[in-house]
Amino acid sequence: MIAAETNPESLSAESLSIDEFLARELNKELLRFSTAGSVDDGKSTLIGRLLYDARGIYEDQLDSIRKSKVNRSSGAIDFSLLTDGLRAEREQGITIDVAYRYFSTPRRKFIIADTPGHEQYTRNMATGASTAQLAIVLVDARNGVLPQTRRHATISSLLGIPRIVLAVNKMDLVNYSREVFEKIRADFLHFSRDFEFEEIQPIPISALEGENVARRGVRMPWYDGPALLEYLEAAPVSAATNSSPLRFPVQYVIRPNQHFRGYAGQIASGTLRVGDPVTVLPSGQSSRIASIATFDGELQSAHAPMSITVTLEDERDISRGDMLVHPEEQPHAARRFEANLVWMAEDPLAAGRSLLLKHTAQQVSARVHSIESRLDIHTMERKPAGALSLNDIGAVRIDASRPIFFDRYRDNRLTGAFILIDPLTNGTVGAGMIQSAIQRRALDLGHVTPEERYERNGHGPALLALANGPLALRLERRLFDHGCQVLAVAPGTHSATLYAAGLIVISPWFADARAIDLNRLPLPKDEDAAADAIMAYLEQNGTLATDRFSGGEGI
Amino acid sequence: MFEARPAPSASNFLYSMTARLALFRPVEALPLRGTVNLQFLWTIRQSLCYDISMSSLSHLRALEAESIHILREVAAEFAKPVMLYSIGKDSSVMLRLAQKAFHPGKIPFPLLHIDTTYKFKEMIEFRDWYPASIGADLRVYVNREARDAGANPVSLGTSKCCGLLKTRALLNALSEGGYDAAFGGARRDEEKSRAKERIYSFRDQYGQWDPKNQRPELWNVFNSRIDKGQSIRVFPLSNWTEIDVWHYIHLENITVVPLYFAKPRPMVVRGGSLIPMEHGVIPLLPGEAPQMVMCRMRSLGCTPCTGAIRSEAGSVPQIIEELLRFRRSERENRIIDHDQEGSMELKKREGYF
Ligand SMILES: Nc1nc2c(ncn2[C@@H]2O[C@H](COP(=O)(O)OP(=O)(O)O)[C@@H](O)[C@H]2O)c(=O)[nH]1
Ligand SMILES: [Mg+2]
Repeated sequence: MIAAETNPESLSAESLSIDEFLARELNKELLRFSTAGSVDDGKSTLIGRLLYDARGIYEDQLDSIRKSKVNRSSGAIDFSLLTDGLRAEREQGITIDVAYRYFSTPRRKFIIADTPGHEQYTRNMATGASTAQLAIVLVDARNGVLPQTRRHATISSLLGIPRIVLAVNKMDLVNYSREVFEKIRADFLHFSRDFEFEEIQPIPISALEGENVARRGVRMPWYDGPALLEYLEAAPVSAATNSSPLRFPVQYVIRPNQHFRGYAGQIASGTLRVGDPVTVLPSGQSSRIASIATFDGELQSAHAPMSITVTLEDERDISRGDMLVHPEEQPHAARRFEANLVWMAEDPLAAGRSLLLKHTAQQVSARVHSIESRLDIHTMERKPAGALSLNDIGAVRIDASRPIFFDRYRDNRLTGAFILIDPLTNGTVGAGMIQSAIQRRALDLGHVTPEERYERNGHGPALLALANGPLALRLERRLFDHGCQVLAVAPGTHSATLYAAGLIVISPWFADARAIDLNRLPLPKDEDAAADAIMAYLEQNGTLATDRFSGGEGI
Repeated sequence: MFEARPAPSASNFLYSMTARLALFRPVEALPLRGTVNLQFLWTIRQSLCYDISMSSLSHLRALEAESIHILREVAAEFAKPVMLYSIGKDSSVMLRLAQKAFHPGKIPFPLLHIDTTYKFKEMIEFRDWYPASIGADLRVYVNREARDAGANPVSLGTSKCCGLLKTRALLNALSEGGYDAAFGGARRDEEKSRAKERIYSFRDQYGQWDPKNQRPELWNVFNSRIDKGQSIRVFPLSNWTEIDVWHYIHLENITVVPLYFAKPRPMVVRGGSLIPMEHGVIPLLPGEAPQMVMCRMRSLGCTPCTGAIRSEAGSVPQIIEELLRFRRSERENRIIDHDQEGSMELKKREGYF
């Protein structure tokens, strides 16, 4: 985006030498923002216009849209074609997936995520919004705040985006009316009153005409606020994560030789100095930072979001997924927690579903214990629900197979976030934002529940029918070594009791309808391979908690 | 097939050193146009050190940290990653980031160059010494079958030629090598369908991309689950722009192929294009003859399909300065992207990077 990086005029007008230019570039901050709003409110057009006015578009790209067969706009250039880059998007005139675009001004470099408005593509909108520091919520002046505007504003709020620009667009179609603008502004402020945005900046614009986009227009003299670009250049970029508690998730262990054992990762928040005492989670062991090693030499200190490698003063058993923190500022550690969830799969989510949960550098298996509520986008009320459908937003309780170390999402956008993965399709099906750990309450003094047993054992109960005796013994041993409560028994033993106790029971046959008939599985001849296949099968069907990592640790 | 590679030998090394000395004068030693303030350039380098007093990272350092996170994540979660190495500026930056990510260890995966055999000689020379000089393990793959059958862009058309020598070769190399994750240096600002791609771009067993059905990708949490035979392409430089790449090359003093720097080169001038004649594939029109033109390459591809641009830029800052004044995108001189509206997307769907 050269043209945008610069503004050729500004180079010559301010007569910057290339050296001065490069020096200035070095101090530029990065601001990531996303668009949000209902379909056809003008998101793509606005971004196209912004790029055009900020000179983030090359002439050959402009030529190619000028020549394009499609032009749905009433202007000479259909600016939405600048971001709607997929063939299907251009053919249908809609945005299907996020487009990332880049431009910069002398002060900042911007990463834009232009997101789709259609409800069916909400997950793509969430993708674009998850890393944004600011969201532009567009509203068509003729239509006002629509359900989809609410959904997107809600997701933006849940995702912790601190700043919102409420861009009331297509003002040209309502005669640049102040009343229309004020009404939409009041509606939006009313509906979003409970959201925790730090700031909402309403701006009346015409994306098509460029009014109040890159610079203030003349058609709305009653508006005395900033143009969109002015606001984007000035909005504070919060750097609060440096003063927050240290969170250093270990991503990778670097061990080039016996003398060096480094823990590599990106600091999620906080600052770390050589000599700092640290606690290693989950083991709870303590040590001190011996060095911060980088390719460019050793550092005395480092802060978020730097990617670094540290060594410790003591030999500690640390692997990927562990976290280094300062002893006096520890995160929550819990297997059970409550979270806001955006459900992103076609098949609805019901309580009891087993999924994989990825959080920082750790992956654990987890169960959705219960669905506490579902947000009604129309009334903005949280209502009890039995399931979450595609694009629903709800509050859920999650039981992870082992404790994870987290902060509340509102306190930390990286250590408070997780994704849910369907172990069968491998799809990313949920985006979660942790609200709180669930404390044991008086209620928990009752009977131990199957969920609690699952949580403790790392597996559910199962009755496995397997006629091959030697294989049954091999499997029993394999499961035992895996940490399971398992017993191979003769037929007719009180298997129902063992099942209730949470055990995995192996026997040639069962009278119980809950039994899984392994005899029907196409198993390899080799016993080890057959046991492997059964283990894999038990992971797939959710009996075993799957939290293996698929790759090596360290070099 | 994978090409047999000579073990790095003394003579090779010698070549590389002389080549390096001859071709790469340090940036500071190059005469800059206009007022040159060497002291100033030096200050820039100095100020690049991480400064803890900074409340946040500058945009380049933020991009660097993000890319390193991605590289490590893939190395940790995939069984057999590989890094596509195309010899160009983006690959050079990606390679440096890989060095940084695993320092003081070695880069824990090999590099792979898909050689169409139509690359510039200077690119191949560079390829044969630079990665080895930093201790990286480079593999080279050529679709020999297609090449022996005489595949070239003139007889087949650019689209078919690319299909065989790049896409097919890449897919074969990935499956023969058993790689489950492949890094590419593509950036989202290059082209409109790239702007749509995830950092982890999921590919089915045929290496194909389904742009209408991409996995959601939130925060910096990546889903690395794939079934046997499937793979992902990973783009650590997704959020970098062309200027970012050059600026980083400048700051980090990264060595790049000399073709990027202007000097007189033999070119056929046809219309507004400068066509390199290296492989003699493109037939000359009556009356045409190569002539010496002061020029450089803005992006590197195959000689018959990559035009040069007229330029005087002999150093990285001069290249940046030139880019700042440009009004046209870098891929414009690539013939393949323009075959047809949306042609990059089609290629990607078929398995292209
Ligand atoms: N009159 C007018 N039309 C606009 C304006 N902004 C967008 N449009 C038109 O509204 C339609 C939808 O725009 P698009 O950018 O695709 O909306 P998106 O779905 O939110 O990305 C297109 O036909 C645009 O030309 C505006 O400010 N004024
Ligand atoms: Mg759109």
